[in-house]
Amino acid sequence: MSENQNTPAEPEQESGPASKPAAKVSAKGAPPVSRERQRQGRRKVLRTILLTGGVLGAGLSGYLPLVYARTNRLRPPGALDEKEFLSSCIKCGQCVQVCPVNAIKLADLIDGFGVGVPYIDAREQACDFSCDAVQCILACPTGSLTYEKPEFLPVREGAALPQKPTLIAKMNDPEPTLNMTERMGVARLTRPESCLAMKGEGFKGQARGPDFKGTMRYIAVDRWKPIPVADHPYDLELCDLCMRECPIAGAISLEKFTGPDGKTRARPIVHENCVGCGVCEMICPTEPASITIIAREVWQS
Amino acid sequence: MSKLLTRRYIDQIKVMFGKEPAKPKEISPAAQTIHFYKKNNRTEIEQLKHIRAHETHKSHKWRNRRWATLIFANLLFVLSYYLDIQVLEGSLTASRFIGFHMADLNSALQVMLAHKHIITNLLIGTATVLLLWALLGGRTFCSWVCPYHLVAEFAEKIHLWLAKKKLVTDQPMDRRLRTVFWIVFAVLAVVTGYTVFEAISPTGILSRALIYGVGLSMLWVVALLIFEIFFSRRAWCRYACPIGLTYGVVGIISPVRIKYKLEGCFHEGDCRKVCLVPHVLDTVIKGRAVEPEVALGPDCTRCGLCVDVCPTGSLSFDVKGLSKLL
Repeated sequence: MSENQNTPAEPEQESGPASKPAAKVSAKGAPPVSRERQRQGRRKVLRTILLTGGVLGAGLSGYLPLVYARTNRLRPPGALDEKEFLSSCIKCGQCVQVCPVNAIKLADLIDGFGVGVPYIDAREQACDFSCDAVQCILACPTGSLTYEKPEFLPVREGAALPQKPTLIAKMNDPEPTLNMTERMGVARLTRPESCLAMKGEGFKGQARGPDFKGTMRYIAVDRWKPIPVADHPYDLELCDLCMRECPIAGAISLEKFTGPDGKTRARPIVHENCVGCGVCEMICPTEPASITIIAREVWQS
Repeated sequence: MSKLLTRRYIDQIKVMFGKEPAKPKEISPAAQTIHFYKKNNRTEIEQLKHIRAHETHKSHKWRNRRWATLIFANLLFVLSYYLDIQVLEGSLTASRFIGFHMADLNSALQVMLAHKHIITNLLIGTATVLLLWALLGGRTFCSWVCPYHLVAEFAEKIHLWLAKKKLVTDQPMDRRLRTVFWIVFAVLAVVTGYTVFEAISPTGILSRALIYGVGLSMLWVVALLIFEIFFSRRAWCRYACPIGLTYGVVGIISPVRIKYKLEGCFHEGDCRKVCLVPHVLDTVIKGRAVEPEVALGPDCTRCGLCVDVCPTGSLSFDVKGLSKLL
């Protein structure tokens, strides 16, 4: 209140150069400063501190998701380890643009420092290597996605692939392998109790229902163009979708066994060739998926 | 360049980092003559002013050109993705223009500081963009390309309208803050290993929102705009954005700038009222110009609003060297 009452009187102080009761001459002989000017100066400093706090607070709030939730995102092929990935990604989305199946998405605010950084939601749309050549790595301008890690970055134990993965779609090409040295994750039968093969059941119809938007390349249909999974129904006596659609040679197999009821059943086995692309997770017809990708997981023998 | 202009230019670099512009200590005889002449023709100038006040001088030539360029550049990003024409792939932080790598200088710097490893493609992209903006004027990026600049311009219009109705008042801040932010975010990138600034850069957020769809991070941009409308005019661009400072530094060596001619100027200050960075226009204050012709400092965004608003044509775009050649 007192501040408001004072305000009308102050302009007079400023206009009359002769009347300067509160004038202060600094030691260096700078021109005297009126009380109003001083007050304005103080307010300006306070405001500046406010803006500083706001911007820095917003900036550092990026730590929160890392400290609390630690969402373990599946990153595109060739991604550096999480910490280095977040530091090197320039958040331009060129990887998003080159992906033929739109598997790569950019993270939002809830990812903190990971905002604008690419990830793959394998259940919605997995990376099925329709591009034949890991285009996202080629597109990356900063080396966040890379064919070959720089020397100073260590390769985690079990993250390295035993050999370059062979792409089944390219089996007959002169160069059938993908230029990948590390896995994105590892597929795991996380819910064996719901797995159709484990129950000895078959599958008929669209793998993910008629409304599923995901697309995939079926070599038998079109070598070059991915089609919606919903447009490719199945009729299987014993479900083997994860093995059937796995794009990598020798990554997953089914081990047949006889169940207690005497029916033939099968157990999906993931092998060391698995790159963690997520096609098995996308195609798995159970809800939720019986086989899932553990992002960043390494191969432990 | 005369000694006085060199001294002024060095002072303008300090002004960019946050120093308040001061009265020049020395003014060239040629400029002094003009200042003196103006002093002694006050009545005549007053008359001219009076006549001028009744004329409506409104040109939006440069603003329209600038908006068209800004929208075109951002649209090119969007269309390249949506129509798959592959002209300008990526977003403002990094892109490929018909295959050539481009990287935003500030984003690239943040990545280099955080990651501490620079690959060739990033270096090529950064060098290309550095060269491009060194030629085109440094902070030209801000007003001619940055999408936040455009939305902030609209927010500024609302702010000024509210201010006219006396509902809000502009709360200026200390301009040194931007330099502090630049240093703080650089240090944060080195120390934390995260590109902290990139998470809150409204330029990056808006560019990605345009190309890849709007997300929650737009809330931060909206918060900034609300702050600017109700509290402090153009606060982000003026007092906070490290991108502006990065490009401002590039602008130091740029040949494109706004040139001020003392002779015809009425010193009415219309240019300073529309300017995003009025401290670069301190030279138009009566008695401040050190030479009859003075180029504005590197913090100028070359937006051309002052050129549009100037009733006497005392401010104009100029390319150093080229004008002499022609």
